[in-house]
Order: sequence, then structure tokens, then C-alpha cells
Amino acid sequence: MAHTIAGLLRRCALAAIVATTAAAAVAGDSSGPAPAFTLTALTGQPATLSQYRGQVVMVNFWATWCGPCQQEMPLLDQMYKKFKPAGFTLLGVNVDKDTPPVRELLARKPVSFPVLLDPANSVSKAYHVDEMPSSVIIDRKGEIRYVHRGYKPGDENEYQDRIRQLIRE
Amino acid sequence: MLRVTGAAVLPDDRADVFYSSYNGGGMDITGESVLVRKKFAEQFAVEANYFVDTVSGASVDVLSNASVIKDKRKQKSLSVEYIHDKTTYNLSYTNSTERDYISNTTHFSLSQDMFGELTTVSLGFTRSRNQVGENDGTSFAPIIDWLGHSDSRSYDAGVSQVITRNLIAGLTFDVITDQGYLSNPYRFIIYFDPTNPRGFSEGDQVYPNTRTSSAVEARAKYYLPYRAALGATYRYFSDTWGIRANTTELTYTQPVSNVWILEGRFRYYSQGHATFYSDLFPFAGAQNFESRDKELAASKNNTVGGKLTYTFLPDGWKMFKRGTATLDISRIQFKYGDFRDIKDFAGTSEVDAPLYRFNATVFQIYLSMYF
Amino acid sequence: MSIRRRSMLIAVSLALGACGNLQPWVKPYERDRLADPIMSWDRDAVSAAYLDHVYESREGSRGGTGTAGGGCGCN
Repeated sequence: MAHTIAGLLRRCALAAIVATTAAAAVAGDSSGPAPAFTLTALTGQPATLSQYRGQVVMVNFWATWCGPCQQEMPLLDQMYKKFKPAGFTLLGVNVDKDTPPVRELLARKPVSFPVLLDPANSVSKAYHVDEMPSSVIIDRKGEIRYVHRGYKPGDENEYQDRIRQLIRE
Repeated sequence: MLRVTGAAVLPDDRADVFYSSYNGGGMDITGESVLVRKKFAEQFAVEANYFVDTVSGASVDVLSNASVIKDKRKQKSLSVEYIHDKTTYNLSYTNSTERDYISNTTHFSLSQDMFGELTTVSLGFTRSRNQVGENDGTSFAPIIDWLGHSDSRSYDAGVSQVITRNLIAGLTFDVITDQGYLSNPYRFIIYFDPTNPRGFSEGDQVYPNTRTSSAVEARAKYYLPYRAALGATYRYFSDTWGIRANTTELTYTQPVSNVWILEGRFRYYSQGHATFYSDLFPFAGAQNFESRDKELAASKNNTVGGKLTYTFLPDGWKMFKRGTATLDISRIQFKYGDFRDIKDFAGTSEVDAPLYRFNATVFQIYLSMYF
Repeated sequence: MSIRRRSMLIAVSLALGACGNLQPWVKPYERDRLADPIMSWDRDAVSAAYLDHVYESREGSRGGTGTAGGGCGCN
């Protein structure tokens, strides 16, 4: 009986390690091509990730009901305006199931970067979003270079450092 | 008691002003409170609360003294919260002082988010040290006789689990141990005494000097698709004094528009009596431990309550993010199964006195500013 | 091995075997409803504490109330 339990524990530990490394490989600090997507922007125009190839792209997943997301928005806006001339773009992918609250919020607190709508959460799933908010920074070649989960005041400095690094490449 | 927090993020800064009034059973109690909460560096939060209760009235228990009691209770508490990664730590201190009762409580708890933040596990420890006295004078010229101390320790554990996108459930378990002077000095027992024209004579209560109790509570909250929430709670309590109690509560929360939220509440409570409780003891010194405190009697109570919240400043103003004003009214019906109202009883057989029952109304009005 | 021990072993094995495959089934971007203030356990802590006190000072039972958890799960 002891032999069986030890065997089971070993198998389970192995399965857990494999699962976590697999997850980390796709959504960690390691590389991988950024999954392609096409979403409708708030303006109504379609937007694809590939149209930004050649620029450094930050994809920020946010929602109207998420406090920390609201906190970082104005800072992301400042960052977008600052780095845009150097070949940087920020795509705000909203995950709300309904659009009216999104329009309402942005009418009160507008941002200048493109806001894309992902109500079916297909892009969130493709990017293995496991925390709100999440930011994925993609280099000029379309490879994921950095994933940041959550937001605490001061994280924007981390974003800026990474963006500067990738712009120089 | 475990604190209620949102997962992994400290709640907003806030200031609350609170007023309450309780009328029932011959008692009038008003309460006023101020609470302020502030975050520092998104990792620490400090909360301070000051609460004053003013009690006046002549309850059913003070029959022979027949004096109107008037007393003030002041409670101050300070708590500090620290969040790191997925763990929240809470340390708090509370002091409650009234003329004949002083209580100091320290509490520590931690809660941990796990499993994609679907599960939150909490552990807490609370220690209270109390000084119990009796006012042998009057409300206006008090003479306090300090009778003893009591020490209470509470250990709690809880788990909260997100079940579906619409349903969250929680389970809490706690054990409380008390020791020391656990009696209420203002109560007394009565025993059958045919030599007395009233049919009974008074005597002193004798309480055990230890008590251990445990409670388990299950709760759930469900989101209804048209935007409303249904909550249900069930708690089972039992202790070494022989008390068994059940509490069931249902709440229904309905936002009516962007700025109004209506909530309805129904609570049902029933308890069995303590083993050493009796409304009328057969003779003097019948048991080692004796009590006639109606809190330990077999009783039931039910509450019907409603709450209306109005959000003024939904979009904020200057440094304020949001402001709400709330009115909450509860009507409680108390019924005792083995405690009789002998306050104005003129008969000769105590068992002919009516079983005690009374209604109480609780009003609460408060203003909350979030910034 | 008695029947009880065998069934316990099966239950534990299933649990252990499944643990590597179990993923959070409500994704963070699906927590909008749980983040709604009407879904919090106690919207108003001072009021809840006050009512708890009203009952505790008149009833023979105490404790068992309060638990953390829920919300938007952000950060």
C-alpha cells in the first residue's frame, strides 16, 4: 500500500511540474510567437496584431470592473504618448462581456491608445490570461518578450524599462 | 471574528459616519460611530473606529431595583492590514469601556488566495480580557464593585470558494474558550418558596468558570442574471453549557437603478437552554450551577429587515471617488420558551406568569465616503 | 484491506491523480459578476458588525461569522 501511494505521489508531482512548465512556456518571461488576432476596435474598425509588425506592441488586458486596471490606465496613456514616436503602440484589450459600460467609462476617462473589444474572451484565452490586469510586450518581430501579471503602483517603471530596451533593438 | 476583505487588493480608503437606535424590551439604545480607513503604498492600510453606545431604560430583568439605567459604552479600535503577494495580514486592537465592564481585545488573522484566486483560506486568533463589575449605587451616583476577570480565546478558520461565475460559497469554523467570571451580576435566580406571598424567592446565580463553544457557518451568494444577488447563511452553535442554536439568514439585494440599491433580509434564530438554566428552581441551592439569565433560556427570534442605499457622487467629486447614504430598518420579534415575565406579576404561582416576548426595532443611518 | 480503507485509498488516489490536471475553472476575465459590490459578503462592515453585536448581546451563541474571499481577484 505504501508503494502504491508513493508511486501516485510521484506521478502527480511529475504531472504538476509538466503542467506548470507548459503554462510558463506560453505565458512567462520566455519567448514564443505572439498569437495572431483580429478584434473590433471601439471605433468599429477591425484591428489585427499583424498590422503593427515592426513596432514594439504592448497588449494590455483590462476590464471596467477591475480596480487595478483603472489605476494603471492613465499611466499607460502617458507611456503611449511618450513612446509612440519611437515606434511603440499600446493596444487596450477590454474583456467586458457587454460594451455599454466600456463606452461609458471611456467617455468619462478617455485614453488615446486603441481600445479593442474581446467580449468572447478568445484573445484572453489565446494569451493564457491568468490575472487581471495582464500586459504582454511584443517585440518588432512579433515575439512575446515580457508578461506582467497584475498591477501595483510602480510597475509602470518596469514597463518603461522593457519598452526602451525593445525599442533600441 | 474574521474580517471581510476582497481578494488580493486592499479596499478603497473611506470615512463612515454611523448612527443607530434600538428600541425594545423597555430599552432605548443609541449608537454613534466614526470610521476612517487609509491605505499606504498600496500595501498597508490602517483603520480606526470610535463607537459610542448610550443605554437607557428598565428592562424586564431589573424588577426589584426598578431603576432606570443610563450608561454609556465607548469603544475604540485600531487595525492594521498588510498585503503581500496573495496574503493579507490583519492585526487589530479594541478597547470597550463602560462603567462596570472593561474589555480589551487583540485579534490577528491572515488570509491567503490560492488556486487562481478562486479559493481563499483564512485563519484567525482573538484574545479578550475583561473586567466585570457591578454598580451597587445608582445611575447618577455609581458605586462600582469589581467582581472579577474573564479571559476569552477564539480560534477561527475559514475557506471561501468561487464555484461558478455566478456563485461563491464559504465555510467558517470557530472555537471559543472562556474562563473566569462569566456570570452577569445583575441577574438573579428564583426558586419556589411557598413561605413567600409571591410564591418564589430570589437567589444568586452561580456560573461555571469555564465555557467552550464551537460554531460552524456555511454561506453562499448567487448572482441572478438580471443583476441581483441572493445570499444564504446557516450557522450551528453548541457549547459546554448545553446550548444548541441554529441561525438561518437570507438576503436579497436588488439594484433599482444606477444609484439606488434595495436589500431585504430575513433571519431566523432558535436556541435551547443551558443545562444550568431554569426559570424557577424547585428550592434553594437545587443545583451546583444556577442561572436565570434569559440569554441562556430556550428562545427564538426572527428578524425582517430592509436596507436602502443611495449613491450620491457616483462619478466622484474632487478627491472623493464615491459617496453612499444608507437607511437600514430591522424589526426583531423575541419569544422565550422558558423565561417568564414576572416584572409586574401579581399572582401567587410563578408558572402562571406569561412567557416573555417583546419586539424591537433597530434603525441605522450611515454615510460612507470613498476616496 | 477492509472495504473502508480500500474506498478511502481510491478516493485519495483519484484526488491525487487529478491534481495535476485541475485548472482554475473561472478565469480572471470572467469575474465581473463576483466583483460587483452587490456580491460582496458585507457591503457595509460597520453596519454588519453592529447587527452582530445586537444579536450577540441578546443571544446565547456567538462567533462563526465572517470570511474573506470573492471579488475581482485582481493582482
